[in-house]
Parts: sequence; C-alpha cells; structure tokens
Amino acid sequence: MSVLKITDVSKIFAGPTVAVDNFSLEVGDGELVCLLGPSGSGKSTLLRMVGGFERPTSGLMTIDGDDITQLPPERRPTGMVFQSHALWTHMNVFKNLAFGLKLRGLPKEQITEKVEAVLELVGLAGYGTRGVNQLSGGQQQRVALARSLVLEPKILLLDEPFASLDQHLRERLREEVRDIQQRLKITTLFVTHGQDEALAMADRIVVMRDGRTEQIDRPDVVYREPQTPFVAGFIGTMNLIEGEVSKGRFARADFRIDIPIPDGPATLAIRPEALDLEAAEAGVAQVHRVTDYGTHGLVDLDLGDGTRLKAMVAHPDLFSEGQKVNLKPQAMAAYRDNARVYRS
Amino acid sequence: MKQLAPALVMASGRRKSIPVRIPTDWTGIIFAVVLSAAVILPLLVVGVWAFTEVWRYPNVIPQQFGLRFWNQTLTRADVWSALTLSLQLSTVVTLLSAAICLPAAYAFARLSFPGRNVLFFSFLAGHAFPKFGLLIAIAAIFLQLNLIGTFWGVVLIQLVGTLLFMIWIPVAAFQSVDRRMEEAARDVGAGPFRVFWSITLPQAGPTIAAAVLLSFVGTFYETEGAWLIGAPGIRTMPVLMISFINNQMVIQYGAVLSVMLWVPSFIALMFARRVIGGGAFARGFGG
Ligand SMILES: Nc1ncnc2c1ncn2[C@@H]1O[C@H](COP(=O)(O)OP(=O)(O)OP(=O)(O)O)[C@@H](O)[C@H]1O
Ligand SMILES: [Mg+2]
Repeated sequence: MSVLKITDVSKIFAGPTVAVDNFSLEVGDGELVCLLGPSGSGKSTLLRMVGGFERPTSGLMTIDGDDITQLPPERRPTGMVFQSHALWTHMNVFKNLAFGLKLRGLPKEQITEKVEAVLELVGLAGYGTRGVNQLSGGQQQRVALARSLVLEPKILLLDEPFASLDQHLRERLREEVRDIQQRLKITTLFVTHGQDEALAMADRIVVMRDGRTEQIDRPDVVYREPQTPFVAGFIGTMNLIEGEVSKGRFARADFRIDIPIPDGPATLAIRPEALDLEAAEAGVAQVHRVTDYGTHGLVDLDLGDGTRLKAMVAHPDLFSEGQKVNLKPQAMAAYRDNARVYRS
Repeated sequence: MKQLAPALVMASGRRKSIPVRIPTDWTGIIFAVVLSAAVILPLLVVGVWAFTEVWRYPNVIPQQFGLRFWNQTLTRADVWSALTLSLQLSTVVTLLSAAICLPAAYAFARLSFPGRNVLFFSFLAGHAFPKFGLLIAIAAIFLQLNLIGTFWGVVLIQLVGTLLFMIWIPVAAFQSVDRRMEEAARDVGAGPFRVFWSITLPQAGPTIAAAVLLSFVGTFYETEGAWLIGAPGIRTMPVLMISFINNQMVIQYGAVLSVMLWVPSFIALMFARRVIGGGAFARGFGG
C-alpha cells in the first residue's frame, strides 16, 4: 500500500551526460508503471536512483510521503530485480532468499516459512537446496524476483528482468510477474525497451527520451494517440512521412492529402493497418515487396523519392512487385514542432 | 613465478567468459609433450637421484638404490632448523603480505583516489628491473638499520617480493566480482561492510587463495634476498642447499634437499584442493 513520488529529479554524470532531466512521476498504490524508451534514454539511471544506487543531482523522491532521496539502498523499502539476476553464486537458492531475512534478525522457523512461501509463489517450491548455477535462466530470474518479494518491499523495481531470456520464456514470465504483482498489489516500476512488454504489462507507460518524459498514459492511449512523432514512431509500427502543408494540403513526392492545418512543414503518421491501398495505373507509390504472413500480408511501398511505407493488407495476393498503387489512409495524425496538431 | 603472475591475472580477469573448448590440434599436443618433458623429466631425474647410492655412467638406471643419503641429511640439525625457519618465514611473510596487500588491492580495485594509477604502476615497475641491483641497495640500507642477519630483515625483503602477485591478482579478483551482486546485497539490507564480508570476499575467494598460495610457496623458495640479507645468521632451506652443493659436490645431497623442498609445494596444493575444492580452485585460475 504505497505511493512512489518522484519530483523534478535530474542526474548529471561526469562528462557531463544528462542521463535524467527534470523527471517527475507518481506511481500509485498497487500500480505497475513501465519506463519505456530507447537505449540510453535514462531508464536504468532513474530506476537506480529510486533504488538508492545513484544519487540524484537534484530533485526529491518520496515513498508514502517519507523523503528517501538521501537514504542508502539498505535503508530503503525498495526491492530491485536486476537484468543479470545478480544472484549470489556461492549460496544456494534458500540462502539467497534467506540472506535479507537473516539481516533483519528473524527467527529461523520464520525465515524457513517465508522462504518456502515465496518459492511457492514463484513456482519453485522444493528448489531451495539447488545451486544458483543449476537453474535455467528463467528459474534464476524467478529466484531473483523471490529474493526481492520475500522482504515485502513497498516498491518493487525491475530493470529489464527478462532481457536475457528467449522470446517464449519472456512472454510467459511477464504474465507470471504481472499475476504476482496484481495478487500482491505491490507498487511496481518496471524498465524495458520492449514495447510489447510494456503494452502487455503496464497500467501506465512512461515513454522516455533523452532523460525526459515524452508521454505518460495508459498503454492503449499511448498506442492510439501518441502525443509526439517520437512516441508515434517508437510504439508499434508507424509510417512517418515528412512533408509540407500548403493551403490545407499535405504533400510528399506525388502523394497528396487534405489536412486542415496552417501552411508549413509537418510529419504525417499512419499505422500500416490504417493504410488502405488501391491499385491504379498512375498510382503515387510503387509496391516494393509483398510478404504473406498467412493471417495477413505486409506490403512495402516506395513513394518514388526513397520514402518507404508499410501497409497491412488482408489479401496479399492482390499485390505484386512493381505495381503502382494509390494510398487511402483510414486514420492518421499530423505533428508539428514535436506536438500533435491534427488527428482523424 | 614472475612470468606466471601476469598470465594468472589475465586468466582470472575473464572468469565469467564461456569455458573455451580446447580443440585437439597438433600444435597443442606438441606443446604439451615438450612442456611435460621440460617439467617432469628433471623432476624425475632428481627424484631418482635422491634414492640412489651408486649410479655410474653408461647405465640408464642406478646400480644401487638406498636411503643412505636421506639418513645423512635428516640426522643433521641444520637441515631441521633450516626447514623450521623456512616454514616460519613463509608463514609470517604470507600473513603480513595478506594483511597489507588485500585491503590495498580492494582499494585499487574499487576506490578512486589521487595517485591511484601511479601507485599501482609502481608496484609493477619494481619487478620490471633486474632484482639483484635493488637487493644490493636494500641490503645497504638494512646494514645501517642493523637488520642484516636478522629474521625480520629477511621477512622485510621477502615481503617486498610478494607484493607483485599479492596485489595484482587480488585486484583482478576484486574487479571481476559482479557489482550487481554487491548492489543486490545492499538492496536486501546489508551495509557496506557486510556486503564485503558476505559477498565480495567469498566471490573473490578462490582467486585470492591462489595468490596466497603462490606467495607462500614463492617465499619458501626465495633465495637471493634470504641469502643477501640473512647471511650468515639466517639460513633458509634453499640457502642451505646452495651451501651444501658448494661445499661438497655430491649429487645426492642436492637431490635429497630438492625432494624435501617439494614438500611445501605438495602440502600447499593438497591444502588448496581440500579447502577450496578442485573446481573452485580451477576457477580461480580462470578455468
Ligand atoms: N555510471 C555512469 N557514468 C556515466 N554515464 C552514465 C553512467 N550510467 C549511465 N550513464 C549514461 O547515462 C545515459 C542513460 O543511461 P541509462 O543506463 O540510464 O540508459 P537506459 O535507458 O537504461 O539504456 P538501456 O536501454 O541501454 O539500458 C547514457 O547516456 C549513459 O551513457
Ligand atoms: Mg538500462
């Protein structure tokens, strides 16, 4: 039952590198917030500041109103799961989980009880005597999660915990983690640079870029209504077309479309699934490649000036390489000066 | 030993790498054969000589085996006192070296302080120049300090000799400990000292044990310093052996003492295997 509040936090490394730039966020009680962004956008740095492993250059962090900004990691009510699991290889699974409890001076029976309960929770009952290196990658990551959970932290922090696992396992584990998180109603901050992970798990997504927030919203909103061209391009597949608007008409190469905004440069964003194609002798785009995925097809297009677009089609066999087509967007958005100015 | 140390450091530096599969190539096999011939053959010859009473030229094996020279050697009081002294020296030097070097190694590996690189380099530089000249200079200083011919004089000189691998190897060991493991320990509530004791030290342990072992064995066999500073009062096993060989050219005396000198190596190796286990020990060497 905890709220994490980050207010105007910055981190400047020697160099100087501004890793996190005036960042603010409130993670509500029992909420799972994903920090999503490209490599180097400051996600890990932010998470490590919450965990106490980096000191903010400026700003304030509180948990349930208590200032934690200056506390060392061992005195924070946070639990961190690292990408590299960071289990202690000279201890078996039980000792890994019991270490923190022992430091808290709990009696032996209670430690055993708690460790067994948490092993059960992560689906590893009976694995206590195993060595860390006798576990698979997925099991190691589960133990790492259990090591944090057993101490009942107020805030759970996860830094790309599944990054080193294969696709299949990753999908399974993220469901498990989401289940556990919802069962325990634990306030969670989760770092990833996989958008599908964020879309699948998060209550809210924070899209980060260069240490700053681009957008904070529910996953479906981030997907459907990206606030900036960066978010539009980062979440899902998006056709971003730079062009000029003149007298209410957007133009790029031979492609023209009406957009009721003032004259000037603009970026048009169209999802592949919202881009319909119409075969035409004098079409503005040429089919470059057709890929058939069984359930649907993907058509790569060329606007003639090197601009590449993707369109999702129901019947890929209707299109062939070299064919000319016209573009019929069903929905689109236009951006100017890093803000959305039009949506249809 | 001097050539060995850098190789060890490099090896232990890549502990986390995937074990390299050794392909059965002929170059490797030839290397192995030549190496074992170079290492084992002399040992074998010396070992045989130690138990030989008569062995004249054209014969491939000795005419008469026996323990006569063992008897003669082991009944000598100076052999026993030299052995005891050598063991004492090695123990004291190793313990002192560990007490001084391990904290220093940790500091080099983990902290940044002004002059860190210069200081670290100076440890290595001391071993880059011919050692004997350095020893003479130190001997001159020790003479003024009345340390010549004393136990602690020899301890000091031998201590200097261990600094290289007692700093270099543990630095590599501490550096190769995963920082995330330490952070994870902080995360569950351990203070910095507890982290060092419960995580860093056990993780670096096997490699550090290897360094301590090298230091012990290396000190036991150290001759130049022990002779230059210790003579005439302090006579270690290797020094005694040299004087034996100089005084009477009986091969068997040298051979018997040689075999006796192997004892600490074997004890140390067995100890190492028992205490840290074959696998962990190999890992310390980057295996
Ligand atoms: N200890 C450090 N010293 C100096 N610069 C650092 C340090 N840690 C991170 N940085 C810099 O801060 C910026 C943000 O790094 P950070 O690790 O937070 O990115 P990230 O979003 O987690 O990226 P990734 O997805 O690759 O993990 C980068 O430019 C990085 O080079
Ligand atoms: Mg990161």
